[in-house]
Amino acid sequence: MSDVKSFFDTPAPAHLTGIKAWLLTHDHKRLAIMYLWAVMFWFTVAIILGLLIRIELMSIGPTIMGAKLYNSAFTLHGVIMIFLFIIPAIPAIFGNFILPIQLGADDVFFPRLNLLSWYLYMLGGLLAIVSLFTGGGFPDTGWTFYVPFSVTTNHSVPLTLTAAFILGMSSMLTGLNFITTVHRMRVKEMGWMQIPLFTWSLYATGWVQLLATPVISITLLLVIFERAFGIGLFDPDKGGDPVLYQHLFWMYSHPVVYVMILPGMGIISEVIPTFSRKAIFGYKAIVWSSMGIAVAGSLVWAHHMYTSGISDTAVFIFSLLTYLVAIPTAIKVFSWVATLYKASIEMTPPLLYALIFIYLFTVGGLTGLVIGAAGTNIHVHDTQFIVAHFHFTMFGGAGFAFFAGLHFWWPKMFGVMYNIKKAYIAATLITVGFMFHYVPMFVLGMMGMPRRYFDYLPQFAQGNALAGIGGIIMVIGLLLMLYNLVMSLREKVVAPENPWGGVTLEWSVPSPPPVHNFVTAPSVKDYPYDFSEVLKKAAQS
Amino acid sequence: MSKDSSIQHMMSYKQLALVLISLLILTGVTVGVSYVHMGIFNVPIALGIACFKVSLVLLFFMHLKYESIAIKVSFLSTVGFLAIMISFTFWDVAYR
Repeated sequence: MSDVKSFFDTPAPAHLTGIKAWLLTHDHKRLAIMYLWAVMFWFTVAIILGLLIRIELMSIGPTIMGAKLYNSAFTLHGVIMIFLFIIPAIPAIFGNFILPIQLGADDVFFPRLNLLSWYLYMLGGLLAIVSLFTGGGFPDTGWTFYVPFSVTTNHSVPLTLTAAFILGMSSMLTGLNFITTVHRMRVKEMGWMQIPLFTWSLYATGWVQLLATPVISITLLLVIFERAFGIGLFDPDKGGDPVLYQHLFWMYSHPVVYVMILPGMGIISEVIPTFSRKAIFGYKAIVWSSMGIAVAGSLVWAHHMYTSGISDTAVFIFSLLTYLVAIPTAIKVFSWVATLYKASIEMTPPLLYALIFIYLFTVGGLTGLVIGAAGTNIHVHDTQFIVAHFHFTMFGGAGFAFFAGLHFWWPKMFGVMYNIKKAYIAATLITVGFMFHYVPMFVLGMMGMPRRYFDYLPQFAQGNALAGIGGIIMVIGLLLMLYNLVMSLREKVVAPENPWGGVTLEWSVPSPPPVHNFVTAPSVKDYPYDFSEVLKKAAQS
Repeated sequence: MSKDSSIQHMMSYKQLALVLISLLILTGVTVGVSYVHMGIFNVPIALGIACFKVSLVLLFFMHLKYESIAIKVSFLSTVGFLAIMISFTFWDVAYR
């Protein structure tokens, strides 16, 4: 660890001590650490729920839970993974920690609002727990809260909706903070085309958070009102339209897929050039593709509704728009691969996760084309194929990018290095388990096995058993990864200021950084991924 | 980065009063036209007046007129986005 006093030893505001120094902090780095522990707690809970679901499905008939508990288990798995893990994970943890430093700033533009966002996140999580034990029992609607079921079920839906509403507010305020910070706080010398790609991706994400989240907030409130007063907004007998709910829900919930994946793509855009020792291929193309994904990705929501009774014209338009999103996404993938081409690659755990990300995300993207096309979508809609596709993009994509970020910035955040060998073993176990877990689901879906079903026909038994085994291997890998990271805090193997040879500003500050981030004034390079000095140093040593 | 981020534009009481009077007059016009039957134009005219009033509030009371280009573009993008979301949903209903 560095000689400079780190933010761990310097409360902000300075007069705070003990637990108050954490609970009332304005420091973006402390908040990032607080998010880290909270997010990892929820991640572990949701992983366990997911494992229980797959163990239940390993054999025909009820084994470890009944049908009702199964409905609640997959609802909770979805709600927790979406709202409490994958939406906040990268922006709230790495965004908070890294974004201001990459901009040469000492904090975000609204530090108090940042603290409020954390409290809203915690409150949302707390309400989600309370909702389990109040009302008519665990929520059982699935994470989509579709009407008319969510309006008629006697399970505890309103409180879960309130929790999601509050979590949305937290996410929106974080997005607002990041957008403002990028505009107002970056050092004078840093032009738009000198901003690192991770920060660019968070900027694009911030806009999606800001524009799309109010739609879901209002929609969730409408469901609560509908349950309380029976207004009839979604009830055809009273002049309402149940498909309107789906429009409103997916207006947020599709763009939010990009809230999950765009920051992940930002991490990959940092990791790949760092370990290629090479300027990233197509910097501007990646910047514009981030913005392109944010815009185009917000206009494709009804591709979740091809079988819901929307018009053929809408199906045609949304299918076409869906295919357009593939273009900026492919630009990124090709740019990463082109960066790796003829590079002096140094293999490390973050790079391994990034490479696995590229493979898994590409499979997820290509299977997305199958379901983006209206014809094939009708065949696989609401089957296990969708579950596999979703997890390939969200877990194989955003999840693996999160793991890459965790291993990339861990030494910066804590000033300690984890065990590299264990990190490789964990990555391998997670990936092997992942493939055995989700590939059978593609096959099961093509065979016609519906998603969210508690039981199945004998022809689906083999695939489900295989998926269960894969799930167990994957969870073992995940636990090993978490154990390895946590143990690094105990073993305290000191990490240098720049263990990976990174060139963005966070690698120019001590590990962990001091409270105001920079010991000397940040020096902005003409091009953010200029590795000439790193290569020169490597040649000298 | 915006160079004039610290500069605040101050509006005179006269300007503010003029905007307020315009808004009150337009409220009166809204009430007035509601008594006139104009067929299919009833809703567009009412919405037109409302949009004009909103624009006055945004431009003067909320200082949008005096903000930097970044804020204006951000705001217009938001409105554009909302328009797309509403129109796409309506198209679905129209072609069902």
